Amino acid sequence: MNWVNAVVQGLLLGGLFALFACGLSLLFGVVGVINLAHGDFAVLGAYVAVLLLPSTATNALWALLFVPPLFGFFGYLLQRTLLQRSLEISPLTTLLVTFGLSVVVQNGLLEAFSADSHSFNVGSLVTSSFKVDEQLQVSYLRLGVLLVAIAVLSVLSLFLARSRTGIQIRAVADDREAAQMSGVNTRHIVGVAAAIAFATVALAGLAYGMTAQFAPYSGSALLLFAFEAVVIGGIGSLWGTLGGGLILGLAQSIGFQIDPSLGVLAGHLVFLGVLAFRPTGLVPARAAA
Amino acid sequence: MTAPTGASTGYRVRRLRRSALWTALPSAGVVALLAYVPYVLERKVTDTLVDFFILLVLATTWNMLAGFAGLVSVGQQAYIGVGAYAVLVLAQQGVNPFAAIPLAALVCAAVSLPVSWLVFRLRGGYFAIGTWVVAEVFALLVIRFESLGGGTGANLPGLDGFDAVLLGAMTYWAALSVAVLTLLGAYLLLRSRTGLALTAVRDNELAARSVGVRVPRAKRMVYLAAAAGAGAAGAVLVITQLNVQPGNVFSVKWSAYMVFVVLIGGVGSLEGPILGAIVFFVLQRALADYGAWYLIVLGAVAVVMAVWVRRGLWGLLERFDVRVFPTGFWLQAPGGDVARPPRDDPPPAPRH
Amino acid sequence: MTAVPALEVRALTARHGQLTAVDGVGFSVPAGSVFALVGANGAGKSTLLRTIAGLHRPVAGSVHLHGDDVTATGPERRVGRGLVLVPEGRRLFPSLSVHENLRVGLARRRPGQWDIDRVLDLFPWMKERRNQPAGQLSGGEQQAVAIGRALVANPSVLLLDEISLGLAPVVVQRIYGLLPALLTTGMTVVLVEQDVSQALAVADQVQCLLEGRTVLDGVPAQLTGPQIEAAYFGLAGAGR
Ligand SMILES: Nc1ncnc2c1ncn2[C@@H]1O[C@H](COP(=O)(O)OP(=O)(O)O)[C@@H](O)[C@H]1O
Ligand SMILES: [Mg+2]
Repeated sequence: MNWVNAVVQGLLLGGLFALFACGLSLLFGVVGVINLAHGDFAVLGAYVAVLLLPSTATNALWALLFVPPLFGFFGYLLQRTLLQRSLEISPLTTLLVTFGLSVVVQNGLLEAFSADSHSFNVGSLVTSSFKVDEQLQVSYLRLGVLLVAIAVLSVLSLFLARSRTGIQIRAVADDREAAQMSGVNTRHIVGVAAAIAFATVALAGLAYGMTAQFAPYSGSALLLFAFEAVVIGGIGSLWGTLGGGLILGLAQSIGFQIDPSLGVLAGHLVFLGVLAFRPTGLVPARAAA
Repeated sequence: MTAPTGASTGYRVRRLRRSALWTALPSAGVVALLAYVPYVLERKVTDTLVDFFILLVLATTWNMLAGFAGLVSVGQQAYIGVGAYAVLVLAQQGVNPFAAIPLAALVCAAVSLPVSWLVFRLRGGYFAIGTWVVAEVFALLVIRFESLGGGTGANLPGLDGFDAVLLGAMTYWAALSVAVLTLLGAYLLLRSRTGLALTAVRDNELAARSVGVRVPRAKRMVYLAAAAGAGAAGAVLVITQLNVQPGNVFSVKWSAYMVFVVLIGGVGSLEGPILGAIVFFVLQRALADYGAWYLIVLGAVAVVMAVWVRRGLWGLLERFDVRVFPTGFWLQAPGGDVARPPRDDPPPAPRH
Repeated sequence: MTAVPALEVRALTARHGQLTAVDGVGFSVPAGSVFALVGANGAGKSTLLRTIAGLHRPVAGSVHLHGDDVTATGPERRVGRGLVLVPEGRRLFPSLSVHENLRVGLARRRPGQWDIDRVLDLFPWMKERRNQPAGQLSGGEQQAVAIGRALVANPSVLLLDEISLGLAPVVVQRIYGLLPALLTTGMTVVLVEQDVSQALAVADQVQCLLEGRTVLDGVPAQLTGPQIEAAYFGLAGAGR
């Protein structure tokens, strides 16, 4: 019966991973670059909330209102300046630049906030849950994170499928130069994609901060989980990313059930297994917009 | 070595013509001087230099990967850790830790072969994170062994009988040897057919493939060699610290060090990482009292260098035609004039 | 003639690394006319069009659109000013549907008579297949979409790079059959062709490139077959 619990908790955890992964996937799909500072920016988002919320007693849900937009703005600026510039040199330069940023962010947070863990105050939400039966309890907070992940992915896919900007984003992802010769301001469009990616990163960082304790160095692990979700789900597919997140969550949760020290390792091993046998991921790329 | 000729194009490859003697003599002099250091300077100095040599070895091997093979890895700590634990295991079996250094390098090369099958399926940024995941997996596997000290690590046996001064000197010589061999190995590899192939790939992968360069094989060889180098560095690290801590040897901070040293010194030359290691080391020591600030400063400097000073400090010096190792190759056009890379050429901007 | 030419190219030089692909090429196209560029494979035609469109940075020379110097203007802003390229190889967005490809073309649409509906009227088959991914279309269909994507922007100068390449003769005929309809709207057309007879049949003015240089320049009616042949293949005796 514990196994049912492991599966349910795994799926809920997977929602968080999917939320983390969608920004990484979007930025890679459109800009063609992997942001090695992805996890650290998420953690930065959580610390920004710590900094800007009036007091530690304030419900952290308020941060949802201002941290993601702030990060969207920040992402746009970063893309139009540093990332754009490094992309013009080569994709691998961007990789090194984001790696450098990752170290700077991590250690900047360390200097500013010390190595101690933080956590958010989310009021009664942190403990409230509903009982399915004796063995199975579902936390409202974790369920909320999964639903938010699904909502974000749905809105994002609709946006990419229907809106003028969304179509231009996909056009740029397909063929940047062809988009340019059709009159699309590709730099701006890539900036918008980065803004969306950064807003979701901040959202993921806040969700993480509400469900777990975070510290300056938490970002590295989050990057790896997001990356694994993207690869497992199939590079370039948004809904695949959700699937990848759920599979990763399941793997970690079931591994944890077998032996608490196995959780993360089980996730990594599933990822390596997918890499070995299905390097294109479990969902064919571009199956969904 | 026979330089391959693009039969249909008439292009030939020419190596920078300069007697290797001009490199060998001063280099040998420097090495001899360094070897003499333990006789005249105290333990504190040699210990510091050991750390420097480890950094130099790591940076040089990472530069081979990124600067020549276009493989940007952030997972070389996998081999630092495997090298470190190989020494621990061998020492537990009674092997002298110093003798275990070359064995650790071999173990790492052997381990890196199957890993390369896996991670070479990934390109660019995916390769980078993939190597990082592999390093994490190694760390998580290693800590499952109680005999290796689990998550806390273990002390290195086998060196208790040594006099402290002698041990310091021997560690120093071991580190120096590893550094010299790594530099020599990198130098020879770059002058070999494989190095030539890689330089060609770096300049233009498609063209290189079309004249028959076996790109994947060349890349894999560099990956194996870099793993061996990182393994040897990890082995020296254990000996100088006399214990292994999984959180330390498998830390991604090593990758940050490698990346920063190479970006600051200059990607794609042998001299760059040496210069970068010196700068990194001096900055690290200078900012030692300011906690993590040295990483913030170095990270910011590396980012700026990557984008605005693409050939690093060495590239700046090269404008004045300074060059220590003659490893340059140039394509010679059919007309006979040598197409020298323009000074502001992109750094061997690793490309895929 | 005192009228400002729709497009004027002055001594344009463009390189690919060490290779000079376009070497001091210049011409001037009056509004509402068809200008053809011919030349063998590798003559530099595509590089020339890409440079005019702003996708390739020239090392010397200038491009003028309706009298304005646009040499320093970015490619997407040139679209907004009426200069649109239908590139070699069509370059559709393969994962986007036909309709979405056309929508991308609206990014900097100028006021004018072309819009998506009019393109769909021009190519009736597109109506039923508007939701099909462009990557699944045949070569000729893709070419039609590529032309449609350019048209919806209401260009005043349309650059067409080898629109007949790889297409069956019937399809080529059909596509060239559209040209008069475009010209009646006052559009100026610069087209690149390897098929010289095709180009001569529709052009008011023709220029032949050889290794990046102009080797022949004239009005089709006044050029003889052997003259063009000589210029095309770089045989002696050809001259401007
Ligand atoms: N992207 C490129 N990189 C390097 N050389 C190129 C590139 N594109 C074209 N070239 C070279 O420039 C010359 C002109 O090519 P192009 O403009 O495509 O000619 P055309 O369209 O007349 O066939 C050719 O020698 C070709 O090999
Ligand atoms: Mg062409």
